[in-house]
Amino acid sequence: MSVVEQVLKGDVRAVARLLRDIDDQVPSTRSILQQLYPHTGNAYVIGITGPPGAGKSTLVDQMTAYYRKQGKTVAILAVDPTSPFSGGAILGDRIRMQRHFLDKDVFIRSLATRGHFGGITKSTHDMITVLDAMGKDIIMIETVGVGQGEVEIAECAHTTLVVTVPGLGDDIQAIKAGIMEIGNIFVVNKADREGAKKTVQELRNLLEMGKKFRMETGAGKNGWDPPVVETQAHKGIGVDTLCGEIEKHREYLTAQAPEELEQIMLKRALHQFSATLKDELFKEVIKRMEGKGLKLEDVAKKIMAKEIDPYSLSRTLIKEEFKEDA
Amino acid sequence: MSQERRLRILVAKPGLDGHDRGARVIARALRDAGFEVIYTGCHQTPEQIVQTAIQEDVDLIGLSILSGAHNYSFPRIMELLKENGADDITVIGGGIFPLEDIPRLKEIGIKEIFTPGSKLEDIVKWIRENVKPRKMDAA
Repeated sequence: MSVVEQVLKGDVRAVARLLRDIDDQVPSTRSILQQLYPHTGNAYVIGITGPPGAGKSTLVDQMTAYYRKQGKTVAILAVDPTSPFSGGAILGDRIRMQRHFLDKDVFIRSLATRGHFGGITKSTHDMITVLDAMGKDIIMIETVGVGQGEVEIAECAHTTLVVTVPGLGDDIQAIKAGIMEIGNIFVVNKADREGAKKTVQELRNLLEMGKKFRMETGAGKNGWDPPVVETQAHKGIGVDTLCGEIEKHREYLTAQAPEELEQIMLKRALHQFSATLKDELFKEVIKRMEGKGLKLEDVAKKIMAKEIDPYSLSRTLIKEEFKEDA
Repeated sequence: MSQERRLRILVAKPGLDGHDRGARVIARALRDAGFEVIYTGCHQTPEQIVQTAIQEDVDLIGLSILSGAHNYSFPRIMELLKENGADDITVIGGGIFPLEDIPRLKEIGIKEIFTPGSKLEDIVKWIRENVKPRKMDAA
């Protein structure tokens, strides 16, 4: 049986191996992805982002339990950081999800950022394609613990949750820029802690201030007002309400604002295409360059020694290599 | 394209003892050696460990155990790996083992046992020499 058939059948081992090959950029995965692509579009993708320690993994665990009770199948991609020094990583998000390990309808995969900024991995988009094709109803992407600017999750999720906790600073310093703008739903976790009400209020104020901007520029144009949900993930409190809000957002996208849904899909398609194109172009140019005996490392050395600058070299290479083809 | 694929390792604690200091120290040392380490915490059943190993597509499982239940959990894990067609994954153990148990554990396929006093660099060296990442084109 081919890998494509195995994936479509939901073979866990085949999927697990394929995901690794995608992460490691094995060339043969391109044609596999190409064949899987027509089988996608059925999964609902939920992004969960927020600062480290906010309780993202515990929430994902609780949400998984909620969706399983509804009979939906679930896949989880959980991202943790790669050490910039050793290249190694400790991936520990699974610790919070132990009760689902033996459920054959829950697939969990831990990923390391491997130098990619933006909160997810370079391979996340392609992995969603695989998990969607294998037939999962719900795909949850838990980002690495983020600060302010890691907004890439909004390019792959239908609904993005921004999770925060009380006491991170006045006016929610930790999330006021960047990720503040991508949340479709805001979650104040650990809501039994002191200051929770204040955090909720501050969030609502911030959202209110941004309302005009949201109405004019896209998300919100059709009347979606991001709700703020209080949860205590370790006890499962507030999870039903949260999943209810996700469902509302889903209904909103499909019934009320199909053009917003289309925008999300469009952004994702564009991102996937441009990332793949950049990657392939880069590899092709390097291959041709090396074919002429010019090693990447030597080029870097020349740039470092200021014998040549990166700007004109790039332009020259592109002009030379694509002259006839263009 | 990555020249050498990164080794993925599951560090797991089967059974009922909650002493995970050793497992954490090992996980950290393996991270510093450049490996991707999946750590799942204490109290794992053999079934959970094997499912995790498969879903995470690891090359190596490191079992940390101090409770003395290795004669139950280790054979069960090896059995489950085989049943799931995943017996290509290398398995090693670390913790407290009566010396007379070690040959028996090696007989059922545990590749190496590290007892108290083992040096972190020796463990890393053993892994580098004995565990190779799954071939790229195997998928």
